[in-house]
Amino acid sequence: MRVIIRGMGELCITAGLILMLFVTYELWGTGQYTRGQQDRLGRELAKTWQSSNVTTEKVKLGSGLAMIRIPRFGDKYRFVVIEGVERADLRKGPGHYPGSALPGQLGNFVVSGHRTTYSAPFNRLGELRAGDKILIDTRDKQYIYRVTGREIVKPSAVEVTAPVPFHPKKRPTEKRITLTTCHPKYSAAERMIIFGVLAAELPRAVAPTGK
Amino acid sequence: MYAWIWRRLPGTWQIKTVLALVLVLVAGVVFWHVVFPWLEPKVQFDHGVVNGTPSSPPGSG
Repeated sequence: MRVIIRGMGELCITAGLILMLFVTYELWGTGQYTRGQQDRLGRELAKTWQSSNVTTEKVKLGSGLAMIRIPRFGDKYRFVVIEGVERADLRKGPGHYPGSALPGQLGNFVVSGHRTTYSAPFNRLGELRAGDKILIDTRDKQYIYRVTGREIVKPSAVEVTAPVPFHPKKRPTEKRITLTTCHPKYSAAERMIIFGVLAAELPRAVAPTGK
Repeated sequence: MYAWIWRRLPGTWQIKTVLALVLVLVAGVVFWHVVFPWLEPKVQFDHGVVNGTPSSPPGSG
């Protein structure tokens, strides 16, 4: 009897330790992977921007599309936006919904990102206020979007990704951005959506050779 | 359980300690690199895409 009770106790302690290790893996270990991928994609993106060749080729799924910066989250906040929102894409960083508008285009530039795992690019999205800047850097231009609002919606609410959010049939007349992440933190019960519109676009000066 | 393993380990207590630490390390590595990556997509407490799973094309529904 005593052996059984002791065995149960040991099992429970072991399970607890494994659980703690798993939480560490989720919140920190997954971020290591994302940081490595972000470094690689950032270098690739910088290389593409430096080359003088102009291409009309579409960005491949899984590779870098643009750079997102949000001044409210600090100067160091920058992530390469990946083309695609498959699980493998979002592990590398925030992902652009294929088929939604590209930065600066008429319509809706929709980006999804993790909130707590994989470096948690959209962890602090809840702190954004109306008027906050979202900077999207592409090869030729910097697009400055301004936050217009925030909504908490059900995970099935695809209408937020429409060219005009909530009006899937309407034709877009504005250049919008939409960021989606999970809500509340550590849950997948709902989605937090940040809306914004393009406020300004600046041409990028010729990149200086060598950093 | 652990007492049983400890008794099975050969050698003096120094060797036993080293072996035990190696076993713990091996278990940790297996969990970290094999079990957790497999388990992680199944837990999904962090999921930012609208319209169900990211593996279904979003915007199609």
